Amino acid sequence: MTQQNNGVAASVTQTQPLWLLAEVTYRCPLHCAFCYNPTDYAKHTENELSTEQWIQALRDARKLGAIQLGISGGEPLLRDDIEDIVIEARKLGYYSNLITSGVGLTEKRIKAFKDGGLDHIQLSMHDITEEINNFITNTKTFELKKKVAAMIKDHGYPMVLNVVIHRYNIGHIKEILEMAESLGADFVELANTQYYGWSLINRSQLMPTKEQIEFAEKVTNEFRSRVGSKMKIFFVVPDYFSERPKKCMNGWGEVFMIVTANGDVLPCHSARVLPGMEFPNIKQHGLEWAWKDSPTFNKYRGDKWMKEPCQTCPEKEKDLAGCRCQAFLLTGDAEAADPVCSLSPNHHVILQAIEDAKNPKLQSQPIHFRTDKNSKKFVEGDLKELVKEFHALP
Amino acid sequence: MNNTEIYTLAPHYRFQWEEAQQSYVMLFPEGMIKLNGGAGEVIRRVDGKRSVDEIVHELKLAFPDVDDIESDVVAMIQLAVEKSWLVLAN
Ligand code: SF4
Ligand code: SF4
Repeated sequence: MTQQNNGVAASVTQTQPLWLLAEVTYRCPLHCAFCYNPTDYAKHTENELSTEQWIQALRDARKLGAIQLGISGGEPLLRDDIEDIVIEARKLGYYSNLITSGVGLTEKRIKAFKDGGLDHIQLSMHDITEEINNFITNTKTFELKKKVAAMIKDHGYPMVLNVVIHRYNIGHIKEILEMAESLGADFVELANTQYYGWSLINRSQLMPTKEQIEFAEKVTNEFRSRVGSKMKIFFVVPDYFSERPKKCMNGWGEVFMIVTANGDVLPCHSARVLPGMEFPNIKQHGLEWAWKDSPTFNKYRGDKWMKEPCQTCPEKEKDLAGCRCQAFLLTGDAEAADPVCSLSPNHHVILQAIEDAKNPKLQSQPIHFRTDKNSKKFVEGDLKELVKEFHALP
Repeated sequence: MNNTEIYTLAPHYRFQWEEAQQSYVMLFPEGMIKLNGGAGEVIRRVDGKRSVDEIVHELKLAFPDVDDIESDVVAMIQLAVEKSWLVLAN
């Protein structure tokens, strides 16, 4: 993470896990169609770490240089020890962020978080209409989210709203921003869906057109110039419509570390999809070993592992060949260039996906919502083959 | 900017020494900024009690060999206000 700032900021040392994401549980009362959790999460819902194990993980990561802490899931509030985790995080000097759907946030809990030193709360919102909120999350959570937003504000927290954008709400960007403004939001992240996990399976049903995205960006810019700095709006551009891939996670094993519910340590959210990887688990190895020495974290550091066209590409420092998971999911080869890149020999799979998303027949296929039942089908049942269908290569 | 003004850290921002970075950092919802030595020395003194003038005075005493501390301090505080890290203390 190099932040240039009129010479004020120096570049941050690249080998520390500055961001620790604690995915404390895969359990979730919502069933979002775009959820980035692995489709086979049902395999990983057992053996959740204990409070003591989390606290140890926080201490160890802090020693390695971690400073930003995300507490996420699933829905983290399904655990009743988030209060203890927050207190410890504050003691250790983390800047901590609770990432929640709002379900389970009560007056009592938010007060405990505030007293414990939680720095901010990021709430997911979905739409201005009850209908789409409830459809895309497959739950009745619309009214609740509004109440939670007010509660966050009342307790003096900055209001950080995260809105995942897809075909069903992209036409409502202006109204969504107006709602955010009236709720008193300080930061709004309009995050175009990235296609991993459940959103990949539902890609044709969720992906908007290029024109829709361009229009949404224009509306966002107009809104931004009207509200000025009182509400910061981030528009996360979807990579499928770019010529070059994103520098995924700022580089594999560079600044991010994820500890999952059962203690596996991952370099990114969806790394579990990669074949032949053995992820370190904090119950067996320390976090220090995981970050510094584990074969998994070292596997895609630097550029030695790259193939052509990336190996000799003059731009390789910029994007480090893109996302390993996306490369594997779409080409079947984890070391290939991210097919988002127009120089990738597999770039056609992206163009095809964009075409497919315009196909009314594919658009109207039923959505696979993120439910335990569906996840079990991905583990052993009739949906197991579906993920493989997304590979372009044999 | 009037140098008798007193600034303080904006709510939701945290400023702290980071051992692992060997520097001061500013933390906020979207990330963190690592401050270089001079910037850290200025921001560390912004506490809702000391005025800009007082900070300049202190730094002059602490770093007698550095020229033109005043304009550096003013520029740094102005930048920090622009970035919304600092706000006027009531
Ligand atoms: S995206 Fe939706 S279903 Fe997935 S963890 Fe978040 S709230 Fe739960
Ligand atoms: S060829 Fe590879 S390294 Fe070059 S821009 Fe494309 S993805 Fe990046």
